[in-house]
Amino acid sequence: MTLAGWLQIILVFAIVIAAAWPLGLYMARLFGRTELLPAEGGLYRLAGIDPRREQSWMAYALAMLLFNFIGFVVLYLLQRLQFYLPLDPQGFSGTSEHLAFNTAWSFVANTNWQSYGGETTMSHFTQMAGLTVQNFLSAATGIALAVAVTRAFARTEAKTIGNFWVDMTRATLFVLLPLAVIVALGFMFLGVPQTLQGSVEATTLEGAKQVIALGPVASQEAIKQLGTNGGGFFNANSSHPFEGPNEWANYLSIFAMLVVSAAMPVMFGRMVGDMRQGRALLIVMMVMLIAGVAAIYWSEASGNPLLSQLGIDSPANYEGKEVRFGLAMSALFAAVTTGLSCGAVNAMHASLTPLGGLVPMFLMQLGEILPGGVGSGLYGMIVMALLSVFIAGLMVGRTPDYLGKKIEAKEMKLAVLAILVLPLVILGFTAISAMLPMALPSLANSGPHGLSEILYAFSSAAGNNGSAFAGLNANTPWFNTTLGIAMAMGRFAYVIPVMAIAGSLAAKKRIPHTQGSFPTHGPLFIGLLIGVILILGGLQYFPALALGPIVEHFAMLAGQSF
Amino acid sequence: MSTKHANPSLFDSKITLEAAKQAFVKFSPRLLARNPVIFVTAVVSLLVTAMWLRDLFVANGTASFSGQIAAWLWFTVLFANFAEAVAEGRGKAQADALRRTRTDTVARRLLQPDERNDLFEKVSALDLREGDIVMVSAGEIIPADGEIIEGIASVNESAITGESAPVIRESGGDRSAVTGGTTVLSDWIKVKVTAAPGHSFLDRMIALVEGAERQKTPNELALSILLAGMTLIFLFVVVSLWGIAGYSATVLSITVLAALLVTLIPTTIGGLLSAIGIAGMDRLIRFNVIATSGRAVEAAGDVDTLLLDKTGTITFGNRLATAFIPVPGISEQALAETALLASLSDETPEGRSILALAKGNHHVAEPNLTGKTARPVVFSALTRLSGVDLGDRIIRKGAVDAILKHVNVAPNMAPAAFRDAVDRISRTGGTPLAVAENGKLLGVIQLKDVVKSDIKERFNALRHMGIKTVMVTGDNPVTAAAIASEAGVDDFIAEATPEDKLAYIRAEQAKGRLIAMCGDGTNDAPALAQADVGVAMQSGTQAAREAGNMVDLDSNPTKLIEIVEIGKQLLMTRGSLTTFSIANDVAKYFAIIPALFVATYPQLGALNIMALSSPQSAILSAVIFNALVIIALIPLALKGIAYRAVGASELLRRNLLIYGLGGLVVPFIGIKIIDIIVSALNLA
Repeated sequence: MTLAGWLQIILVFAIVIAAAWPLGLYMARLFGRTELLPAEGGLYRLAGIDPRREQSWMAYALAMLLFNFIGFVVLYLLQRLQFYLPLDPQGFSGTSEHLAFNTAWSFVANTNWQSYGGETTMSHFTQMAGLTVQNFLSAATGIALAVAVTRAFARTEAKTIGNFWVDMTRATLFVLLPLAVIVALGFMFLGVPQTLQGSVEATTLEGAKQVIALGPVASQEAIKQLGTNGGGFFNANSSHPFEGPNEWANYLSIFAMLVVSAAMPVMFGRMVGDMRQGRALLIVMMVMLIAGVAAIYWSEASGNPLLSQLGIDSPANYEGKEVRFGLAMSALFAAVTTGLSCGAVNAMHASLTPLGGLVPMFLMQLGEILPGGVGSGLYGMIVMALLSVFIAGLMVGRTPDYLGKKIEAKEMKLAVLAILVLPLVILGFTAISAMLPMALPSLANSGPHGLSEILYAFSSAAGNNGSAFAGLNANTPWFNTTLGIAMAMGRFAYVIPVMAIAGSLAAKKRIPHTQGSFPTHGPLFIGLLIGVILILGGLQYFPALALGPIVEHFAMLAGQSF
Repeated sequence: MSTKHANPSLFDSKITLEAAKQAFVKFSPRLLARNPVIFVTAVVSLLVTAMWLRDLFVANGTASFSGQIAAWLWFTVLFANFAEAVAEGRGKAQADALRRTRTDTVARRLLQPDERNDLFEKVSALDLREGDIVMVSAGEIIPADGEIIEGIASVNESAITGESAPVIRESGGDRSAVTGGTTVLSDWIKVKVTAAPGHSFLDRMIALVEGAERQKTPNELALSILLAGMTLIFLFVVVSLWGIAGYSATVLSITVLAALLVTLIPTTIGGLLSAIGIAGMDRLIRFNVIATSGRAVEAAGDVDTLLLDKTGTITFGNRLATAFIPVPGISEQALAETALLASLSDETPEGRSILALAKGNHHVAEPNLTGKTARPVVFSALTRLSGVDLGDRIIRKGAVDAILKHVNVAPNMAPAAFRDAVDRISRTGGTPLAVAENGKLLGVIQLKDVVKSDIKERFNALRHMGIKTVMVTGDNPVTAAAIASEAGVDDFIAEATPEDKLAYIRAEQAKGRLIAMCGDGTNDAPALAQADVGVAMQSGTQAAREAGNMVDLDSNPTKLIEIVEIGKQLLMTRGSLTTFSIANDVAKYFAIIPALFVATYPQLGALNIMALSSPQSAILSAVIFNALVIIALIPLALKGIAYRAVGASELLRRNLLIYGLGGLVVPFIGIKIIDIIVSALNLA
């Protein structure tokens, strides 16, 4: 680890927070306003929506599910039929059923798991009209849901939590689109290509022919990061020279990934009328994320003792990394992309040291709340806050409440339903895959590293992250289908109970805060929340991790590799 | 704190023995199913027992290990049952004491109550129905709960309250309710039965004390759901681990997986949860307060606002003399001496307080009246003055207007100093009494509501806990404001009518606050019913007792504050033990995970940071620790954790440190110690 490395990391965080603060305040105003903005009215009239009619939690959730299911069907058909559709300069055929299933859920659920190589599978039309559109819509869905959940705390004795269509429209038109334009221009300025040309052929110095894939990269890159989608244009994702041509593009990528998610708790604080509450959640997210960065950075810099034995000066682990970005920025990128449920990568996570690879996996298993996907990170964090308040809040001798909303049996039932989803999906599918003869040939490595590949894949899918450990050939019927299910469950099975909690809390009175109330803004609560996230969110994965990266780590120290 | 009911020590040998018996009865699946965590533990124990039998049969050398694990898993269930049984046993002991008073009494039921005759038939108390009228005379036991419709009697209620001094019960007014099982000591009463047998106050009390009607309280239910959810999550973990281990070429036996599951699921809090709830009710009962539901005890912990009656709670019941203010020309000492003489014939508490003040603060000697012609003028409510004619001295003291009339001075003609003193006393909420001798005004005695000495600190403490205190009084706003500021309450309702109380409660509830109050009169009933915690006085009317959700057998309104503290203590105990239980898991992972896989991956031995002697010993030690910790925590669950009236942040910091951090550290030490013993005894 170097001072320069740390300075870069700290600088990136400082800039992100400086930008996220006003963005959060802007979003609070945007979603709080009752009068329509100029561009909106026409759209609602066109769609026959009455923007003033608010929805109950159930209507809101149903609208969200319907909208996303249609998105799934459209995306599935686009892939299967892409050879009938325009803008297919390379003449790709339709994708297989299971790949289309997987990819459609992947992009609808804001996961962007890619079982395929983008530049060699999807036509420009599929990429633009299908994938990029879903990059916007799935991110906007997340923001809308988080806004609805936030309203539940801001309102008192309310039957409704907003209008899904209005929140969706505003999140897309007034948050994601303007930011995407700015970031895309930034990427183009930094040398990321933006063209509708399919590919160019070049003759190399050896005289061989090389096909260099091109396309509308900058625009997809912008929303890929802003919406914490993570599905790159190229298979190599952000380490590809066209996606991340230089260190400035790398900074911009990290900034764009973080900024909206970091703005969500700020928005939350403003909307519930107590900035300290939003600040506390933001601190928890950032402290844990920075700890993750530090762990990866330290592990990668300590590197592999096996290398020293081979007579290499520095044991630092550069395998699978872009030397252009260096260790610090690779560590930062890896932690941010997994803490965020983004899933873009600029280094190959499978090549990280065992502990360096454990951290991204663990960050995903914690439920993608540090700071998580746009919107989904906030509501995931709120579920953890509810659990923390419930367990520890009793210790002050009152029925626990969060922001004045009492947490009772109904909320607990729903919160438990929500937190059951991730372990069920991640551990269940991992165990089955690890035992299934049909699944095992997909593994590139044996032993603990192979287990890590499977565990990483399901953690990534269920957490709606989308990054891959590499090494696992996921484009098989088994993995495409199970990962597709994991992604859909991780998104929608989780969010329905959360919406029900929102409905139940919105209907409650907001009890006044007194000296006897549980304080949820100070360092004590921040520490408590971190503890609960680690113990309730993380402890369940300890046995699986012990057999994957942890044993690999000790084996590496003992001079054994897999 | 009055503890008139038997207060069994934590492990009374009789209760413990009975509880040990009950702990086995509770193995019935129907009872186990009420507690999901313990139910899962029992199912798993059964499974491991089957494994043990198989191991015995196939003789593969692991029977000793699986047998021990099975035994300790059963112990875990047994200990959880025992915890509940001990808590229940303490209640049952009291219920038995109550039941003894409910002997089958013979009632004299009036045959023609509407006629003015006293024809009666003798029936068993069990045959009485609501609406029957019974006649009870001195020496008889009142056969059922009821309302006195005629007569007055002194009643010994010690069977219910533990208080042996008799109380007066009479028809009409707020003292007309009588309770079945109590004894009439003098005179006779006619009682209209208000509760059918089996539904009387005593019956309900027995049922509550016994916990027969116990239902999970709202917060307990919410916590059970969380615990069940965690159990389910760990079930996923353990089942999936079997598959993941299979990939890693390790076949995990059902025995070790079961051990892992039971140590991970929250058995500690799961086993103690109902004991904590029962013990909370029990603490109230020993405090002579009966809560009609556990819900009410929990609500007490949440109370934000206390409505407290001024008289008896904030101030002593009566106004007391606090100062002598002489007119110019008269010394304070002279006024005190005269006032003392004037009050010798005043037997009211006010009069006696004048004597006490004169003798105490002013060292006036007991006057020697022997040999003098003393003609006392006794205080009466009509004349509102008292005094003495001592030779040629005509001494009087009394209400200011009565004395002015006596000395024949128009109010505006009184000396300026006298009028000033009277005004000042009235303004500050006191009552002035005038003293005169031979037609001349000597000065004023200040009578004041005296605020209890420690009450201000208590209100301060309540404020730190975030609880607002509101004084309810019939006094005028000026007087009320003066006392309110002296006592340090946050708000007051002056000239309060029952409607005012009700309106105040509704207004506070609309703001999301929870209110506690106490009351005894029939006109308090609506407010008692509306309040979140309504404590009715046992001495109050039947209507009040029905409306409230708690009954204070001592009829002491001050106890409202302690009731709130008991409610808070209950919730705190639950939260602290939950935190402890969850934090324990970290150490158990470090004990069991390396033990499971060290054969396949010797490198994982690095995780064995406790340096446990062998894989079997590690697993066994974790299971033993898990079972023993339940037993170790039973006293804490029953007693409740220490409560202090400090702010929420401070409480949280303390409890998080003790039970959160303690929960992380203790099992590391405990498992290590058990491991040393286990390996020393060659058990594994």
